[in-house]
Amino acid sequence: MSQPIISRTATKADGVAFTAPEVADTVGVAVAHNPVNAAYRHLVLEAPTPAVLARAGQFFNLECPHTPTDKPFLRRPMSLYRADPAAGRVEFLYKVTGVGTRGLAALKLGRPLRMLGPLGNGFDIPDAARAIVVVGRGVGLATLAPLADMAATRGIAVTAILSARTADLVMSVERFTAAGAQVEVVLDSDGTSAPAQIERRLRALAEAGRADALYSCGSSRLMTLLQALGRELGIAGEVALEQQMACGLGMCHCCVRNISVDGAIEARRVCIDGPVFKLNEALP
Amino acid sequence: MTDMRVRIGSIELQNPVMPASGTFAEGLASVLPFDRLGALVTKTITPEIRGGNPTPRVCEVGQGMLNSIGIPSKGIDHFIDETLPFYRQFSSPLVVSVSAPSADGFAAAAARLEVPGVAVIEANISCPNLEEDGKAFAMYARSTERVVSKIRRATRLPLWVKMTPNTGDVAAVARAAEHAGADAVVVANTILAMSIDVETFRPRVGNIMGGLSGPAVKPIVLRMAYQCAKAVSVPVIGCGGIMTTEDAVEYMLAGASAVQVGTATFIRPLTMLTLIDGLADFCRRKGLARVTDLVGAVRDHDMEIDVIEAAT
Repeated sequence: MSQPIISRTATKADGVAFTAPEVADTVGVAVAHNPVNAAYRHLVLEAPTPAVLARAGQFFNLECPHTPTDKPFLRRPMSLYRADPAAGRVEFLYKVTGVGTRGLAALKLGRPLRMLGPLGNGFDIPDAARAIVVVGRGVGLATLAPLADMAATRGIAVTAILSARTADLVMSVERFTAAGAQVEVVLDSDGTSAPAQIERRLRALAEAGRADALYSCGSSRLMTLLQALGRELGIAGEVALEQQMACGLGMCHCCVRNISVDGAIEARRVCIDGPVFKLNEALP
Repeated sequence: MTDMRVRIGSIELQNPVMPASGTFAEGLASVLPFDRLGALVTKTITPEIRGGNPTPRVCEVGQGMLNSIGIPSKGIDHFIDETLPFYRQFSSPLVVSVSAPSADGFAAAAARLEVPGVAVIEANISCPNLEEDGKAFAMYARSTERVVSKIRRATRLPLWVKMTPNTGDVAAVARAAEHAGADAVVVANTILAMSIDVETFRPRVGNIMGGLSGPAVKPIVLRMAYQCAKAVSVPVIGCGGIMTTEDAVEYMLAGASAVQVGTATFIRPLTMLTLIDGLADFCRRKGLARVTDLVGAVRDHDMEIDVIEAAT
């Protein structure tokens, strides 16, 4: 069912080398597809080839199904929520927001879904790190969840600060807990998600030696907070960014974001230069 | 076995399928073997360094895509030093798309690109985002003739000229390009278009207007390819909304000697391979020995055009 992967490592006589990332243009099959809450859905695809290739922070470009009312034309980029190479499965957690995700929500069990990926770069944990902090909100939590798995396999402790509007919208607590993360839920409804509160918490974690690297996704406000703190305390980190996208392979230049590199602002493609960027280089 | 070779001026392509400029880059090599393509076509490069347009740069509009990328470019030196070596490893000829804000700029850029590894210059004189209100050289025959003449004098490389659909008389513009020395015309670039978000009242792309591509534009651009093929004797390369083998066949029947595939690659990255195989199968099924047998084979000899606007 899946098409062959072409991995090309070409070395030119004049010394120019290009190593194409391993990407599969393939077809997954829906084996589970359930609502998580009022807005979010969890999709599990049988997709053995990409399941082996996918890394935390990478994404797939999905050809969302058409429905009688929604006819998505372009593919939709979707962060990896989990890759299970042993089971040959790839999972996504997504919010139903528009034409594409409404189409995706209509995908029935046993039905095929065209998927291109894994795409983009992934998260990187510094070799010296013994404990990391991930801070996410909304659908950003989906992107950060596999990072907790990656940390666990390397014996690195994870504190996961999960932010949401209300308690019923908190997702993936079990997912992070299962990966061995220390989970702390913060909410708008009780004021615990306020930046000042999170900042206090992060300072305490840094003090306790539990924040060797900082990671964020899903909130510009949280990213700004982490950047300021990271700068002050000398802690490196990464952030996964989003942008409207078309090709996913760096061809169309649709998905650019401004990135600050050595003081200069440059437009970088989220699909191929990202979606994970250095915390101190990202701009809101 | 269908003979898939086509000739575009002085160069022969192993098949008539190639990417459209702006929809093709190194990243596609991770899923598609470039050596199978009739030609490789770069994203437009410009002599000056350009940042491109503000985001959002893309939105979908029905079965089409509206983009306002704005030709970000790192300049010609960067292209020659950093990008060209990558493309030299492939056997398919490399077509380098070039744009510039002036005729002299175009000529200088074309001259700079006469280096090993560049097989063809495609002059993008038609990009709707280039000038204010989307004005471009290719909107008028006179400005087309002027810029193409200057490029022609500046390079010995084969010169393809990309038409804009945003003109009232595309055939006249194609004739001007041919007269000025174009070896082929590419028909066409994206159609200047617009979309507004009715919830926010905001234009849906950052440049307010953008270029429409995809299946939505195919009947319009097919008509233009037909008109151009009637108007010029140099080859026409069809480009606009090709998603399937049948779409490519339609362009060739209308008179295109080759086709460019753009937006379809964003949705199905292997579309061009599907088309190469599909065209061969189609010709076999129709009993045609050569893919070139399709070119201009539309059976319109006993028909007349009765609409003034379409008759140009």
